[in-house]
Amino acid sequence: MSLKDKLHNIKEQYKGKKMAPAFNAIHTFLYLPNETTHSGAHVRGADDLKRTMNMVILAMVPCLIWGMFNAGYQVTIAENGKPEFLSFFDHLQYFFTVDNLLVGAVKVLPLVIVSYLVGLAIEFVFAVIKGHEVEEGYLVTGMLVPLIVPVDLPLWMLAVAVAFGVVIGKEVFGGTGMNILNPALTIRAFLFFAYPTWMSGDKVWVHGAKEVAGTADAYSGETMLGMLAQKKELAYGIDEAFFGFIPGSVGETSTLLVLVGAAILIFSKIASWRIILSGVIGALVMGLVFNFVITQGWITEGSKFYALMSLPFWQHLVIGGFAFGITFMATDPVSGAQTNKGKIWYGFLCGFFAVMIRVFNPAYPEGIMLAILLMNVFAPTIDHYVVQANVAKRMKRLKVKAA
Amino acid sequence: MAEVAEKEAKQKEPLFSKKNKGLMTDPLFDNNPITIQVLGICSALAITAQLKASIVMALAVMFVLAMGNVVISLMRNIIPSKIRIIVQLVVVAALVIVVDLTLKAFAYELSKQLSVFVGLIITNCIIMGRFEAFALGNGPWKSFLDGIGNAAGYGLILIIVGFFRELLGSGTLLGFKVLGDPIEKTGLYALGYENNGFMLLAPMALITVGVIIWIQRSRNKSLIES
Repeated sequence: MSLKDKLHNIKEQYKGKKMAPAFNAIHTFLYLPNETTHSGAHVRGADDLKRTMNMVILAMVPCLIWGMFNAGYQVTIAENGKPEFLSFFDHLQYFFTVDNLLVGAVKVLPLVIVSYLVGLAIEFVFAVIKGHEVEEGYLVTGMLVPLIVPVDLPLWMLAVAVAFGVVIGKEVFGGTGMNILNPALTIRAFLFFAYPTWMSGDKVWVHGAKEVAGTADAYSGETMLGMLAQKKELAYGIDEAFFGFIPGSVGETSTLLVLVGAAILIFSKIASWRIILSGVIGALVMGLVFNFVITQGWITEGSKFYALMSLPFWQHLVIGGFAFGITFMATDPVSGAQTNKGKIWYGFLCGFFAVMIRVFNPAYPEGIMLAILLMNVFAPTIDHYVVQANVAKRMKRLKVKAA
Repeated sequence: MAEVAEKEAKQKEPLFSKKNKGLMTDPLFDNNPITIQVLGICSALAITAQLKASIVMALAVMFVLAMGNVVISLMRNIIPSKIRIIVQLVVVAALVIVVDLTLKAFAYELSKQLSVFVGLIITNCIIMGRFEAFALGNGPWKSFLDGIGNAAGYGLILIIVGFFRELLGSGTLLGFKVLGDPIEKTGLYALGYENNGFMLLAPMALITVGVIIWIQRSRNKSLIES
């Protein structure tokens, strides 16, 4: 008897017992269960929820690996000075070094482990208490969370935030598929409002900056949005930002690798290209409006909005977490809009508000987080009006025919 | 004579009969104004960032509601029903002014902290709700107990929420640094603990009230609406 059959037998034996969901979760994570349909007129696709989730995780792995190297690279350049940026491939020799990986992995892997341990533990407890199967939703959330927090975040804060996000953001609404807000962003928003000194400013984005602050070796690493909000000279070129040699949350710095992830998600039809495309357009439109205001001279250089408003409109796509958010989080099929037309509106407004919040409220530099959370709340409303418009259109057609 | 005897018999119902006790204890748990009737949420969210403010608010509402209930109950037979809301408002307003001026005279700092919310007791749904639902139809003693009970139920939730918000948000209780000093890094702060700034914002008060409702309903299934 193969291991798979043995496991299946154990499962049958303990059916209806209290801990069964916990066992089933591990079983079906490793093997395709024996209970799939074998005959009859059913669509049999290989892409069940678990495979879908795994595909999203796969799309994020390049960002994670880049994030580990980048965490080390930022420390290296903070201590030794930044080598001149010539071209992408020339620069990689400073980037992909064993030292960088070691420094980064020590900081980033614990974030991943804590995120998964705490989140999955809560999922298992809820499944056992409520007597339903463990849902796969946390697999993606658990991977997203370490990618959208600063590298130096204390692990206990992450654990508290994950517990909050999973329980209040998801389980109270009924678990995966019922949540109104994206759980990963709920976790990040909780951290942002609860522990702002660890989530923003110029001391958190480079590992160790908090400890050396005030000493002779002090260094800091501001994100590009932080520099713009304070009207400082940008220390990085837009090409460096595109490739991801900049400080920021662990996994969001490299727009290039986010594009790779987006390609995987769109090709496998997991993420909606409508949301991503209209989100990009929304951000560009808002950026153009701001640029227009500047060229008209309505806002002068003295204004605190000047630096962010005068940023060339397309650069909003590259700096900050916009690309990461619109690719991996706005496209969440549960909390986003469901109808095709609704997706276009939803995505457009996500991008539009992300840039608007960024510019008008420099205290909340990461506009994309708040924009997506806001649009998550409005997604059902958008869908409602799309459906109602369709109903009205068809009623009209019916009347014309009847007349 | 018979009428008088009957009245006397009625009045001889002990002051704390089972029914009267129920008036006081029901609103504490199974008919709590905040968690079951979802009334008085505004002030519960606004002033619970500190335990002290919660306690003072609870006492203020208790005074206004108990006194108001008694006054309305005494006047219940002479208030024309068409203008009863106005009469009720006048009664609450008078009582709230008494509370407001007392606070300003004896606890000025606290009254500044509670700011408009003392004045806004007038609009607290619990008060008008109890006047309408109870004081207009019951005698003064029962109305008094009902007022105390409902205000206690309201205050209980306020104090629970205030306790957690102050403890987790500021690391203090009634102003005492129970978790250590965040600046000198003593107590828990020496281990790297930090205050949760989110607890001081109103959304967290709403979530705390929500969690209380969740716990209450999962312990007592009969409270769950179908």
